[in-house]
Amino acid sequence: MSALLLLTGVQTHIGRYHILQGVDLDVPEGRTTMLLGRNGAGKTTTLRTVMGLWRASEGEIRFGGRRIEALVTPDIARAGIGYVPENMAIFSDLTVRENLELAARDAPLDAARLEWIFGFFPALQRFWLSRAGTLSGGQKQMLSIARAVAEPRRLLLIDEPTKGLAPAIVDALIACLAELKRLGTTILLVEQNFRVAREIGDTVAVMDNGRIVHAGTMAELAGDEALQHRLLGLSLETHA
Amino acid sequence: MSALDTGAALPKARADLVPLLLPAALALAALPFVGSPSTWLTLTIAGLAMGMMIFIMASGLTLIFGLMDVLNFGHGAFIAIGAYLAVLVLGPLAPWMQAESIWLNGAAIAAAVLFAMAVTAALGLAFERVLIVPVYGQHLKQILITMGGLIVAEQVLYALYGPQQIPLPLPASLRGSVLIGGAAIEKYRLLAVAIGLVVFLAMLVILNRTKIGLLIRAGVENGEMVEALGYRITRLFVGVFMAGSALAGLGGVMWGLYREQVHAAMGAELMVLVFIVVIIGGLGSVTGCFIGALLVALLTNYTGFLVPKLALVSDILLMVAVLLWRPRGLYAVTSR
Repeated sequence: MSALLLLTGVQTHIGRYHILQGVDLDVPEGRTTMLLGRNGAGKTTTLRTVMGLWRASEGEIRFGGRRIEALVTPDIARAGIGYVPENMAIFSDLTVRENLELAARDAPLDAARLEWIFGFFPALQRFWLSRAGTLSGGQKQMLSIARAVAEPRRLLLIDEPTKGLAPAIVDALIACLAELKRLGTTILLVEQNFRVAREIGDTVAVMDNGRIVHAGTMAELAGDEALQHRLLGLSLETHA
Repeated sequence: MSALDTGAALPKARADLVPLLLPAALALAALPFVGSPSTWLTLTIAGLAMGMMIFIMASGLTLIFGLMDVLNFGHGAFIAIGAYLAVLVLGPLAPWMQAESIWLNGAAIAAAVLFAMAVTAALGLAFERVLIVPVYGQHLKQILITMGGLIVAEQVLYALYGPQQIPLPLPASLRGSVLIGGAAIEKYRLLAVAIGLVVFLAMLVILNRTKIGLLIRAGVENGEMVEALGYRITRLFVGVFMAGSALAGLGGVMWGLYREQVHAAMGAELMVLVFIVVIIGGLGSVTGCFIGALLVALLTNYTGFLVPKLALVSDILLMVAVLLWRPRGLYAVTSR
């Protein structure tokens, strides 16, 4: 399967800190790639660098064959990449409706698409005109993901969507991501919850100290406890 | 109910009306101290007029502050330049200003306002591109460079027009007063209140009913995420900076006519009040700015009448009181 997103030797400096030290990452089209690693390994920085929120100081980032490392963030987003940051970054002073309207860049929100989103996240319909700041943590995460998929995107970058969420909401997120995958959306997902990783991950890349130290299939990693311990310092089963 | 409707008992966002009531509460509280109802009414209308003008000047600054995180001390330059541009336009139009025709008077004022707003918007564009762009995200440098810009603009005005105050008389139809409830209310103050309300309502409509407004409100809260959704926030920055500068220009014209004179340091002098208003209102909040401007102006008028020496001190005390009550201002919309 061809790579929709390809990072080659990507380095990122933040101030004096050298965070990404030569990331080589291949995200196959139509698949869900899990990006795993210990805290501080560089996962979030990788997503932010792809989005252009932090500049790659060296290396090459290709999306659909086109180099994007020199593009500004809005152009990267318009190329077809949706981003769900770790802190959700919903607009608290705006209503749920306004948050989603912003995601529809050039046309009004598509009614069928909205119905599809409400199917996964009924709370968003229920609180359509409520200020997003009044939502619970889980509802905010639903909104953040709904915003990224309010219009079809070729690639979704999602940073730890299940952190701190109730199991019922995690199930809804898994269902939503699985459906997106079925529809052909490519996903690069940073996730600490192994149940999520195992259920929807096709391929996996493990980061350590700003580099990819392992790349392979999710099934391979899930079935090899010794590899899990070596790469992640833990057994994924015990962290499900 | 689905498990996903977690939080079905969503806390209703309570309408935060207390700040909206403050100007009325302040006015009523001042009544027993002022004594005479007609004097109180005169002071109150004067305070509202002054508040509207300060709001017009401060509203642009609060959006620039909130959206762009820029501490623009140079905002005062656009106030002074706006006032001088009015002098430039209204000088040749003196026959229209002196005519006993409200239409000719209005046309002259409209020409001055439009010219001042257009030029200050263009100067704002240049100011943002040349001075602000290199110092985005660096507050100390922003203060230094925008203060420098203010001083340079002030000195250019001194060089062009001299240090003396230049008269900017009101048109014939706006001179004098009308009697309302036994109080003599200057016509121009009523016009200032009307213009201030129109600007406030227009800003509310733009911010709450248009896509541009939606982007501005989102950008004030999280500019980075607006970019990640595919919008070029730098263009929005430039647009808001130009609009903010144009509003400062409009405020300068109105203030010049209110005082019936202009001088080069007027912008710098007004910046004290403008910053107090922006801080009281909450960075980035137009409604907070509106309430803050009314509070500051009303308090200035009442204390100016009762204890003149306390006029400016009272504004600073008001700011301290508001910040003790709400440390991020009346209606804070950014986490800064």
